Amino acid sequence: MSQGDFEGYGGRHVPEPLLEPLEQLADAYDDVSATDEFQTELRDLLEEFAGRPTPIYYARNLSERYGVDIYLKREDLLHGGAHKINNVLGQGLLAKKAGRERLIAETGAGQHGVATAMVGALLDLETEIYMGKKDVERQEMNVFRMRLMGADVNEVTRGDAGLADAVDAALEDFAENVEDTHYLVGSVVGPDPFPRMVRDFQSVIGEEAREQMKAKTGELPDAAVACVGGGSNAIGLFHAFRDDDVAFYGAEGGGEGTDSKRHAAPLSSGDDEVLHGMKTRVIDEDVEVHSVSAGLDYPGVGPEHAMFDAVGRCEYTGITDDEALAAFRELSETEGIIPALESSHGVARALQLADDGEHDTILVNLSGRGDKDMETAAATFDL
Amino acid sequence: MNTDSEIERAIRENHPALITYLTAGDPSLEETKAYVEALDRGGADLIELGLPFSEPIAEGPTIQAAINRALEAGTTPERFFELVDDLEVEAPLLVMTYYNMILQYGSGAEPRSAERDATEPQNGPDPEPFVERAAETGLAGIIVPDLPAEEAAPLRAACDERGLDLVFIVAPTTNGERLDRIMSQASGFAYVQARLGTTGARADVSSATHDSLARLEEYDVPKAVGFGVSEGEHAREIVEAGADGVIVGSALIDIVAESETPVADLEAKACELKGGAERGANAPEPEQP
Ligand SMILES: Cc1ncc(COP(=O)(O)O)c(C=O)c1O
Repeated sequence: MSQGDFEGYGGRHVPEPLLEPLEQLADAYDDVSATDEFQTELRDLLEEFAGRPTPIYYARNLSERYGVDIYLKREDLLHGGAHKINNVLGQGLLAKKAGRERLIAETGAGQHGVATAMVGALLDLETEIYMGKKDVERQEMNVFRMRLMGADVNEVTRGDAGLADAVDAALEDFAENVEDTHYLVGSVVGPDPFPRMVRDFQSVIGEEAREQMKAKTGELPDAAVACVGGGSNAIGLFHAFRDDDVAFYGAEGGGEGTDSKRHAAPLSSGDDEVLHGMKTRVIDEDVEVHSVSAGLDYPGVGPEHAMFDAVGRCEYTGITDDEALAAFRELSETEGIIPALESSHGVARALQLADDGEHDTILVNLSGRGDKDMETAAATFDL
Repeated sequence: MNTDSEIERAIRENHPALITYLTAGDPSLEETKAYVEALDRGGADLIELGLPFSEPIAEGPTIQAAINRALEAGTTPERFFELVDDLEVEAPLLVMTYYNMILQYGSGAEPRSAERDATEPQNGPDPEPFVERAAETGLAGIIVPDLPAEEAAPLRAACDERGLDLVFIVAPTTNGERLDRIMSQASGFAYVQARLGTTGARADVSSATHDSLARLEEYDVPKAVGFGVSEGEHAREIVEAGADGVIVGSALIDIVAESETPVADLEAKACELKGGAERGANAPEPEQP
């Protein structure tokens, strides 16, 4: 039997030297994460350091405009401004308990790098972030944040000097330093146990939201909607509702359209492949990976989403750059909440569903805030 | 399992064997042909050819750069197979590539998403067409660095059917149950990774090599050591430590990338490495099969 099996997706497709360390990580995860001590410490950190629980907010103006009830799960209010902190706290604490002295991570736009730097400082772990030189130049502010919190930012110059090259460099580091280093993967992607481990750490989103919806409305929502890059905020929202009669909708980075040659929507238009240690869906070879939001700009997707798609549990749609930008503006104007461009894809999908009128209550995961996207917004809307 | 292994025979008959790696298509397939012939003349007993894949997660910077050059030169699986078909060398040839390349081969360029049957997620791509074409062109074996033994059954079966060897890598971290699982599926030879980390030419022979060879002693398949071998002296030490062969890649790619006279230099390097290996075998202490 293969590990981390999601109906044939997932697995551990990595070079032999990484297999033993992954098995050890999986064992440590299974042993440590179940203990009361770990759970208590993590809960305290999630509350006091990260700011959990986050509220759900009834989007009164949007709901009135569309004639359906729209609720936002406010992950944008967390420390760091996104759901990323749920995962880095969990993995960071696990690494600490397993006796690791060092954290490494790759980052594209820098969001996951900053989150990893936060937990590295908090838990006093040496932290090194791999980031393509191109991204270092584009995302200077995040580089400053990481350095200020004590992380080393390692500029990757090989290949295209982008995210994929940063992943390669981080994997190389991990292969060489497995004995004392934890590779803190940023989404529900990569070889087992990462997809299930990151899912479990992000599931707090849906667990809270489920209780909050029941308390607020007396029932569960009809639909749950989230953007999907690697898919961690989406799985985090969905997991608690997986056995409920709640429809799931995933909004992928549709770029210039899922029938164009520039998008990041492997579930809307892609094929089964093996990438970054997992079997999953990947965009076609002649498609250039592109999304207006850096966080969705990834050619693959978490294997559990590939499974959800194959068995029909969730419907995935590509939201184009233009549709996401329009939703970004609409939420800002109507509710006074500036969403991350990633999250705007989820908002756009929710507004499409509201227009269709099939569901009466829609819960959207607002995975992050839009401060980081102001330059794009200023250029797009001529602010 | 492959009982009449061309690869195993090549190693046993030419003991201690020199196994060389080049990325096919770096910098062009025509040049690769000349380089492979040079290595064959220089004393290579077994030749690995890399079929380039854009996400090579087991490779260090040297081989990654070679892969990038090969991809830029337009190396596709079909052109790779044509090269192999064309090659006339004494040494058996193996292909080294990533599992995705094998799965994608023959799955056709059409995106399957439109016609997917939602109830049958397991009906994924199939390794069979790749193996069939590999056998047709006369390749003797396949190495897939990102295919764990746990996931190897379909490829193993396809290789058995066509008489190809499937070579597995054993790392310094591979022990106990995992080692048994790998060795029960391995054929041709065991690729002993000399150290942790990715491929690349290094200056010394690691002590992990000795430990790995000791752990593998009880398994009846030739053992070849790779990762970081760049000089005749390394080859000597490794063979003296009990290996049946040495594997050299990055040091050859450095020649391809930097030399003004790569054909002559590759032949000379192969000769140096083979000479070193032979000196190791003639050293007094270890018993040889
Ligand atoms: C705010 C926000 N949402 C979503 C994502 C996409 O990641 P995932 O699909 O794993 O939730 C990112 C990634 O950087 C992000 O910053």
